[in-house]
Amino acid sequence: MKVLVPVKRVIDSNVKARVKSDQSGVDLANVKMSINPFCEIAVEEAVRLKEKGVATEVVVVSIGPAQAQETLRQALAMGADRGVLIQSDQDLEPLEVAKVLKAIIAEEAPGVVIMGKQAIDGDNNATGQMLAALLDWPQATFASAIELSADKAKVTREVDGGLQTIEATLPAIITADLRLNEPRYASLPNIMKAKKKPLDVKEVASLGVDLTPHLKVLKVTEPAKRSAGIKVESAGDLVANLKTAGVL
Amino acid sequence: MAVLVIADHDNASLKDSTNKTVTAALALSGDVDVLVAGKGAKAAADAAAKIAGVRKVLLAESDELGQGLAEAVEATVLPLMGGYDAVLTPATSQGKNFSPRIAAKLDVAQISEIVEVVSNDTFVRPIYAGNALETVQSSDAKKVITVRATAFAAAGEGGSASVENVAAGAASAKVKFVDQQLVKSARPELAGAKIVVSGGRAMGSAEEFSKVIEPLADKLGAAVGASRAAVDAGYAPNDYQVGQTGKVVAPELYVAIGISGAIQHLAGMKDSKVIVAINKDADAPIFQVADFGLVADYKTAVPELMAALTAAGK
Repeated sequence: MKVLVPVKRVIDSNVKARVKSDQSGVDLANVKMSINPFCEIAVEEAVRLKEKGVATEVVVVSIGPAQAQETLRQALAMGADRGVLIQSDQDLEPLEVAKVLKAIIAEEAPGVVIMGKQAIDGDNNATGQMLAALLDWPQATFASAIELSADKAKVTREVDGGLQTIEATLPAIITADLRLNEPRYASLPNIMKAKKKPLDVKEVASLGVDLTPHLKVLKVTEPAKRSAGIKVESAGDLVANLKTAGVL
Repeated sequence: MAVLVIADHDNASLKDSTNKTVTAALALSGDVDVLVAGKGAKAAADAAAKIAGVRKVLLAESDELGQGLAEAVEATVLPLMGGYDAVLTPATSQGKNFSPRIAAKLDVAQISEIVEVVSNDTFVRPIYAGNALETVQSSDAKKVITVRATAFAAAGEGGSASVENVAAGAASAKVKFVDQQLVKSARPELAGAKIVVSGGRAMGSAEEFSKVIEPLADKLGAAVGASRAAVDAGYAPNDYQVGQTGKVVAPELYVAIGISGAIQHLAGMKDSKVIVAINKDADAPIFQVADFGLVADYKTAVPELMAALTAAGK
């Protein structure tokens, strides 16, 4: 079974995002970029499925600028087989990303798509669900465990208040939550090997997808800062302060 | 302009996030209806009818809606959308599961986790784990919006809307509910709790986490939360996770124990009214947002705090 894993190049999760002074967006110049953490979990899951003999090929696809090739190489170093970059210098909204992915899926015909539940830049948590709706494929979001058989995926989902298990007929869209797995570090030999793995580059325009934005960003601002309060000396002191503050 | 709010409920009762989403909806329009989609959910629908400002409550029931399957919710909402200009859903894990599907089927953008309604087409939402706020204007005729409930006050009671049955949408034959394991807890629900006690990686094990955090939470009548690091390490279940990728909370009192204060955790709790931090590292970033900081090892500080609370009559 072929597994398709969409991956996004985002600001590294250890870097604090800074708002540009002209309020036009977040400053990404000279900032360390990495694979989105939830996409990394999705890649890890796909590679494990291949190691178990369930998946036959892991294809990673990214939509973004030329530099997103580095993100794809990161995924290839973890064990994915092949990369596809859909080059776009325009920052696409989740619906347009889902439409582009739908076009890729028509070409690649994967048995299952595993992707991150959310990108840590836009924080939309929408693309996987939109893709499932556009394809009329079943969706299993926020997965913490996946069992794949030839034609079904049994997925345990993180829901409010606990866990839910559903069974989806393949092909399906699965989105990865935090506890699905712990991604591996790519070894140096695998990083070297990844440089030789196939990576196709296509222009987004070649797919014939309508990319007109629906949302206009009027401004991006910094949230109000919370200032530090006081240090208390003891637990007794703390309780006295909380009583004064009226929260006990 | 008419707005549909999709209720968050457990069939028997309505969640507070529904009232808060109604407040966001009323900022858009005076014509606000609430859809309760579930199974045996008449009680939740009756509760929704009492929310001040609600025009009408729609009740749709089926097995699949009771199981919360996204395909079934979407199929129920879509035929109703002819009568509405916007649909608002609380950004719970359930809301996040189905709302983007409605947007995709309507061929419109989803405006995710809004924290402010600026006008009929302009909204503010957090991005980059809450490190930036984005003001976006939508050009779509119909708006599909999820609402960060903690950013809005709850609409009060006093309404007397009618409850009307509507057809449940057809479920997908490709998805089957297998089972669910919901944690039964006498503690208040994390998202709506007045007090939250959270533990971090410093706890060191799941046993230590429950031994330290739970008695303190119970003493305060609080919900239990955890940092992502504690969840990652397996000390606490994922639905305890407070942060940008977990739950966003804004209680009256937030007590962070052994939590360093990573950006992504702060994003989930920095709107709390009063923040208390107990950490042995005086330089931990959590102290930069805490109203009251106690630099101490939790191992001694928490028992002392328990004793001080007892002495104070708690």
